[in-house]
Amino acid sequence: MTAKIEVHDFNLFYGKNQALHDLNFQLNEREVTAFIGPSGCGKSTFLRSINRMNDLIPNVKVRGQIKIDQQNVYDPHQDLVELRKHVGMVFQQPNPFPLSIYDNVVYGPRIHGISKKAELNEIVERTLKQANLWDEVKDRLDAPALGLSGGQQQRLVIARVLAIQPDIILMDEPASALDPISTERLEELIIQLKESYTIVIVTHNMQQAQRISDQTAFFLNGYVVEFAQTQRLFQQPTQQKTAEYIAGQFG
Amino acid sequence: MNAKLTDRIATICFYLIAFLILSVLAILIGFILYQGLHVIDWTFITQPPGSILTGGGGVAPQLFNSFYLLVLTMLITIPIGLGGGIYMAEYAKPGKWTQMIRLSIEVLSSLPSIVVGLFGLLLFVQLTGWGFSLLSGALALSVFNLPLMVRVVEQAISAVPKEQTEASLALGVTHWQTIMKVILPAALPGIITGFILASGRVFGEAAALLFTAGMTSPVLDFTNWDPSSPTSPLNPLRPASTLAVHIWKINSESIVSDASKIAAGSSALLIIGVLIFNLSARFLGQWFYKKLTSTR
Ligand SMILES: Nc1ncnc2c1ncn2[C@@H]1O[C@H](COP(=O)(O)OP(=O)(O)OP(=O)(O)O)[C@@H](O)[C@H]1O
Ligand SMILES: [Mg+2]
Repeated sequence: MTAKIEVHDFNLFYGKNQALHDLNFQLNEREVTAFIGPSGCGKSTFLRSINRMNDLIPNVKVRGQIKIDQQNVYDPHQDLVELRKHVGMVFQQPNPFPLSIYDNVVYGPRIHGISKKAELNEIVERTLKQANLWDEVKDRLDAPALGLSGGQQQRLVIARVLAIQPDIILMDEPASALDPISTERLEELIIQLKESYTIVIVTHNMQQAQRISDQTAFFLNGYVVEFAQTQRLFQQPTQQKTAEYIAGQFG
Repeated sequence: MNAKLTDRIATICFYLIAFLILSVLAILIGFILYQGLHVIDWTFITQPPGSILTGGGGVAPQLFNSFYLLVLTMLITIPIGLGGGIYMAEYAKPGKWTQMIRLSIEVLSSLPSIVVGLFGLLLFVQLTGWGFSLLSGALALSVFNLPLMVRVVEQAISAVPKEQTEASLALGVTHWQTIMKVILPAALPGIITGFILASGRVFGEAAALLFTAGMTSPVLDFTNWDPSSPTSPLNPLRPASTLAVHIWKINSESIVSDASKIAAGSSALLIIGVLIFNLSARFLGQWFYKKLTSTR
């Protein structure tokens, strides 16, 4: 089991407010890691720290390191564009561009220099199949993406991320807008994707975390209270707070 | 008084106000068209004004000048306005410097046009040595359209959902590519509105042009398309009176016998021109927006 992402003494501040405190853990390659915890505890903040999307927010300061393949992403020489090509992100709200389904998927590859029609067609078919959306949209690839249902949009943005061939995929509550059937499909997809990608997923659904993840981190008020193998964390939590949270006593 | 009644009365009041505004507009346009439409014929649109003694003739050079001046002004205003708007919305960091730019833009946009005209006279007419010219006029109009354009572009860009920008950046796309591929296409309808507002001001402006583009038009040879020739309509360094300036001039100092007729015809022509221009700009904008995005 090799470590893909290593977090060392990571702290993050929104202005004077500290949102993350001294995080230390490792995420393994080709595994699914779930982040759980009550609302406002810093899960999204940490997720957005991995691909440095927090840089877009004014007055954010960080201390410590996040290493991907031994390379600190907060190194001053880090190329953000390169970083984000390797670390794809699926946001909490599906956010397709106001373009056709086809153009949404090839948006990244086109900008990154692929222009051959045959190659783009291949990418569209492959990624939409991976995202379990192909059968539903193959006859209307030119239709506007905003005309898809919420669940379809969420699978579309997953295909859009797969199209840039990242090695890590960050997902922020990807199932929060989905019905049970779409959720189940999304979970199957994540388990499939695990074979080639390292996946980090934020979820409020404990059953979901247990079904799909290998490791789980429990966040509380900006601290990681417990980080362990998923089975272990849910069956024998070592921390009082973890036990209370997974028993549904708060959050 | 009960809430329902108040609601009724308020609703009626708003309808009345809307009706009032619409009727003022309708009366105004109706009056101008009623006075002027019958003057407009083929000669009026295609011939230069007749001599002071005979009167008659048309307003062809003025009509052409209005549109040509619009093109020149927009050639200057659009790139700078877009650039300024993009800078303000995407790059400017909050602080003293940005505040100062904002203040300057506001001051600039509230300058009376006659002052802009006098400023243009000093800078673009005398200092440059161009004399009264289309280019001086276009520069003066740009000065007074830029603040509007920058503000409209900034607002249109800021209204683009942040999620879309983030989606693009998170795919490893640079800020600049994101601006070109996501932000500008999404902001296009707003930008077109700004463009139309700015164009309306070019068509309608007289005060700023009196001292910059001048009040006369040389004899133009509409078969001569060499921009460096003095009789060519395309020459940007020739003086030019636009329709709006022509209307002002005819009304205030002309002694031709049919002055009021020409003024009425020119006014109607100006209004029709502006209407056609606005509608086609909107139509083109929408067509382009549909091409760039996919919002069927
Ligand atoms: N842009 C921001 N500026 C300032 N503070 C922020 C910002 N975004 C988040 N925070 C603060 O950081 C803390 C963590 O927020 P975060 O969004 O990471 O929580 P979360 O665990 O993802 O919650 P949820 O489950 O509701 O999505 C919160 O206290 C929040 O108020
Ligand atoms: Mg969140």
